[in-house]
Amino acid sequence: MIIQALSFYLFAFIAIAAAVMVISARNPVHSVLFLILAFFNAAGLFVLIGAEFIAMILIVVYVGAVAVLFLFVVMMLDISFSELRQGFLQYLPIGGLVGIVLLAELLMIGGSWVIAPAAEGVRGFPIPPIDQLTNTHAIGKILYTDYIYLFQGAGMVLLVAMIGAIVLTLRSRPGVRKQNISDQINRRPEDAIEIKKVQSGSGI
Amino acid sequence: MLEIGLSHYLAVAAILFTLGIFGIFLNRKNVIIILMSVELILLAVNINLVAFSVHLQDLTGQIFAMFVLTVAAAEAAIGLAIIVVYFRNRGTIAVEDINLMKG
Repeated sequence: MIIQALSFYLFAFIAIAAAVMVISARNPVHSVLFLILAFFNAAGLFVLIGAEFIAMILIVVYVGAVAVLFLFVVMMLDISFSELRQGFLQYLPIGGLVGIVLLAELLMIGGSWVIAPAAEGVRGFPIPPIDQLTNTHAIGKILYTDYIYLFQGAGMVLLVAMIGAIVLTLRSRPGVRKQNISDQINRRPEDAIEIKKVQSGSGI
Repeated sequence: MLEIGLSHYLAVAAILFTLGIFGIFLNRKNVIIILMSVELILLAVNINLVAFSVHLQDLTGQIFAMFVLTVAAAEAAIGLAIIVVYFRNRGTIAVEDINLMKG
């Protein structure tokens, strides 16, 4: 029990500290790296609470794809980031005010939250005991049956995002010499070289 | 204090959510940091979904956390593509200079 509590506080503290660094780091590359740290620790929280599959997906999708994408874009664009930081302190008071009000409201809601007694009875898909079915197995059992349309819809969202990103960033530049493999393979010796009889002692 | 319950997870999620909102205010000019703040907000939402899912012993929350994750990934890809195209055309990504449509 004490190890669980210690792990929770460790993960939670590092996640929150990393989130603070994400929004306050001077260098956006550091921001992305702290974002990765925050996601890793959130994944740790998920493992702790017993949602292993979501935790692993979080690491694979966020650290493996999204964070690398961010890193790629930050490094590819040649931007003076110090210029973008001007006015950082200008928005601090209003941002802090909104943040504190929001946090107080959220904590008030969270503190006064009570689960309705009837909520137990209306569970859609009760979590099976862990010794009968693992978390991943249980998710798979309902994701591919009851939620199959939503699953296909999610795939469609990703497809549209992929095509959209390609269409947005693809450009055909004129004047670029490209390799044409068909032309190369169809080239025959007769077209390429010419054999001439040269009499010895005279030029061509 | 040592008994970790639903409220602990909700508190962490609330703090992360607030930090995301705060980051949008703080980095008004840098659209990349704004996108990262949106990712933080979505992470907070995911923590809420999973915490409630485990507390109520209902798997639906975890399924929906996965869908939120999908949408977040798609949103990041499209957002970054738009940033790259914008930078290619205008040479800047400062939010204040994005006034092409005079909205």
